[in-house]
Amino acid sequence: MPTVNHYLMLSAVLFCVGTAGVFVRRNLITILLSIEIMLNAVNLAFVAFGRAMGTADGQIIVFFVMTVAAAEAAVGLAIVIALFRHRESLDPDTFTQLRW
Amino acid sequence: MLLFYALAAIAVGASLLVIAQRNPIYSVLLLIASFGALSGLYVTLDAPFVAVIQIVVYAGAIMVLFLFVVMLLNAPQEQTEADERLHVLVRSGAMRFGGFLAIALLTELVWALSRTPGASVGFGTDATTAVAAIGRSLFTDYAFAFEVTSVLILVAMVGAVLLARREGA
Repeated sequence: MPTVNHYLMLSAVLFCVGTAGVFVRRNLITILLSIEIMLNAVNLAFVAFGRAMGTADGQIIVFFVMTVAAAEAAVGLAIVIALFRHRESLDPDTFTQLRW
Repeated sequence: MLLFYALAAIAVGASLLVIAQRNPIYSVLLLIASFGALSGLYVTLDAPFVAVIQIVVYAGAIMVLFLFVVMLLNAPQEQTEADERLHVLVRSGAMRFGGFLAIALLTELVWALSRTPGASVGFGTDATTAVAAIGRSLFTDYAFAFEVTSVLILVAMVGAVLLARREGA
């Protein structure tokens, strides 16, 4: 049977894949997707710990993380749309000015 | 055990492909596959409630939002073709440093986890799987956090509408 450590290792790997995505990619939508990967890695760790301790708290925190992820995705994508209207680009390096 | 490794391989492989794809549409679809595998992992962790909302909320709602924006913007496949054509290791310094940092983080985490003695024990038999127990806890112990979450959703909704609005409209 897989142990807590198996799930934590998988969570760590997924989190680092997300981190690498944020650093390496130059596309705002892919960066937001990478943040979703990181949030899911954390969710997996929460559920694994909650299962190991025999409480429902881990699953409840996952519920809240998902709500925050939904809010973050909505606001983030709205910002992406607004930026794209200004510059016709999704490359974060083109947005170097706070106002233009 | 085999199920765990199969689902973990799908989750990690799909996530790696997400950050390797040039076309954002493929990235979104692969991320949905990754979420499906994670949902299976939640089932193996005796958390059917999380498994279901992973599919319904994440794969169903959030990813559709992403897909909608990708199609709405209809952006050219890659804005930075010169960057993308290069191999990861020979790209600009910031990207290479970022990739190096991610690998360093992974090494540290795996090293720390492999040295933690208590975490290698198996799971007990007393799992809280009942959705009723989760709901009761959500509306008693976590009632305040739950209400704050509803305000957060409202603020995010208003903010998204305001930000995406055309100027002068």
